[in-house]
Amino acid sequence: MTQRNESAPVLDVRDLTVHHGQLRALHGVSLSLPAGGVHAIIGANGAGKSTLMRTIAGLHRPTAGSVLLDGADVTALRPERRVAAGIALVPEARRLFASLTLEENLLVGQTSARPGPWTLDEVYALFGWMRERRSQRAAQLSGGEQQAVAIGRALVANPRVLLLDELSLGLAPVVVRQIYDLLPRLVDSGLSVLLVEQDVSQALRVASYAHCLLEGRITLAGHPAELTTQQIEAAYFGVGVSA
Amino acid sequence: MSWVNAIIQGILLGGLYALFACGLSLMFGVMKVVNLAHGDLAVVAAYIGLGVIAITHVPAVWAFVIVVPVFAVIGYVLQRTLLQAALDRGVLTTLLVTFGLSVVIENGLQQFFSANSHSINIGSLVSDSFSIGSQITIAYLDLVILVVAVVVLLGLQYFLSASASGRLIRAVADDPEAAQISGVSYRHVFGIAAAIAFGTVALAGLAFGMYSQFDPTIGTDQLLLFAFEAVVIGGLGSLWGTLAGGILLGVAQQIGAQIGAQYELLAGQLFFLAVLVLRPQGITSRKETA
Repeated sequence: MTQRNESAPVLDVRDLTVHHGQLRALHGVSLSLPAGGVHAIIGANGAGKSTLMRTIAGLHRPTAGSVLLDGADVTALRPERRVAAGIALVPEARRLFASLTLEENLLVGQTSARPGPWTLDEVYALFGWMRERRSQRAAQLSGGEQQAVAIGRALVANPRVLLLDELSLGLAPVVVRQIYDLLPRLVDSGLSVLLVEQDVSQALRVASYAHCLLEGRITLAGHPAELTTQQIEAAYFGVGVSA
Repeated sequence: MSWVNAIIQGILLGGLYALFACGLSLMFGVMKVVNLAHGDLAVVAAYIGLGVIAITHVPAVWAFVIVVPVFAVIGYVLQRTLLQAALDRGVLTTLLVTFGLSVVIENGLQQFFSANSHSINIGSLVSDSFSIGSQITIAYLDLVILVVAVVVLLGLQYFLSASASGRLIRAVADDPEAAQISGVSYRHVFGIAAAIAFGTVALAGLAFGMYSQFDPTIGTDQLLLFAFEAVVIGGLGSLWGTLAGGILLGVAQQIGAQIGAQYELLAGQLFFLAVLVLRPQGITSRKETA
């Protein structure tokens, strides 16, 4: 048995500053993710949401700040090593391996897998349609199906933290809802979810905690139930004064 | 009958071109590296083979056993260092770097081996042949090279489609960044792909060294160009296409030679240009959608 302090965050982002060339995309962003639960980051286009996710996954090098997983500093690790450490990203626009089959996509996701509950069989059980279509090329799947495969590819690595970047992008609302309704089952399996979403109502519906990002800074944080619409609007668009 | 012979000789020659093109096709298909030093590397392999045979006095076939693995290691190391560093700075940088490599290799070879041409001595095998009818003569060496080319290309195709390592190579070819977040070190996989590509370059270089005379400049003057043409004719990134492209180029050249010896190269280039105009995606590829 591992002895884990209940209050210790599984993911800790400290004072993260990221530049894209001359442009500063994130200004000293800090957040910590308690084990279990769904954290949402909302914000408008260009607020730095995807940059934050990609930096946590290791695809961007921060100019300053650090990323800690279970208290261990992973800031210097390459993305593939972070997967082995327990961070898996479902990237924006899904980014499946288009010429590989559905099953091959999942198998690639197992390359640096940690031991854990998520196997190919478990993913096939989660998404009932997948097993019989596992030999199809990823490029032949619909957008919603591709999103499911992208989630499956991340799950089979058995991450401690699952990063979901803009799940709803380009998908029909009913499909988005189906995918979001799966999140409690993922959390029950022992992982924590950090998701980024432009669709605020969708994000707040499923989140146990929410951060709002505006121009690279966190402008609001709290439990969704405790945030008022005015607060969120102010934090989202940067109008008026937020507390 | 002499036309049939021309086509058969073209197919045999095409095996050698396909072998040359294989590594070029793989490096471009996986890393998007256009290796302008490809032909020179093949010539280096031939010279090393020459040296290995001269020093150890082993039969020529043993040169393959030594040189191919050495080249695979060189390929891995070069990919992880120089080529990866170039890739990190953009795809165009790899053109400059491999062009530079080509110049360095050519001048190095001139310095150490002089501009004289050499050939790997394989005794009577180079001229042994059998005849079909009165007009068609097939050299054993040509046939062996064609068989090796077919085995290597089909074997590689099978390796890529059926093995776990092949799956990773296809994955990084599709999207290196997505591979990273799936837990795959794309740099390592690039290195493996380069090792395979360099191994086939060595194979092609040694085969060429037995087939024909070589000198320090022939890598860029001829081999690189033919390899390029085979890859483009077949369709970029497709190994099946590369095999077909090599053979078609060989056949075009031999048909040209049948018309008149001075038309051998011209016919090959004209065929290449015709493919570029009429079917720029290559004869075996569908139009790329992704």
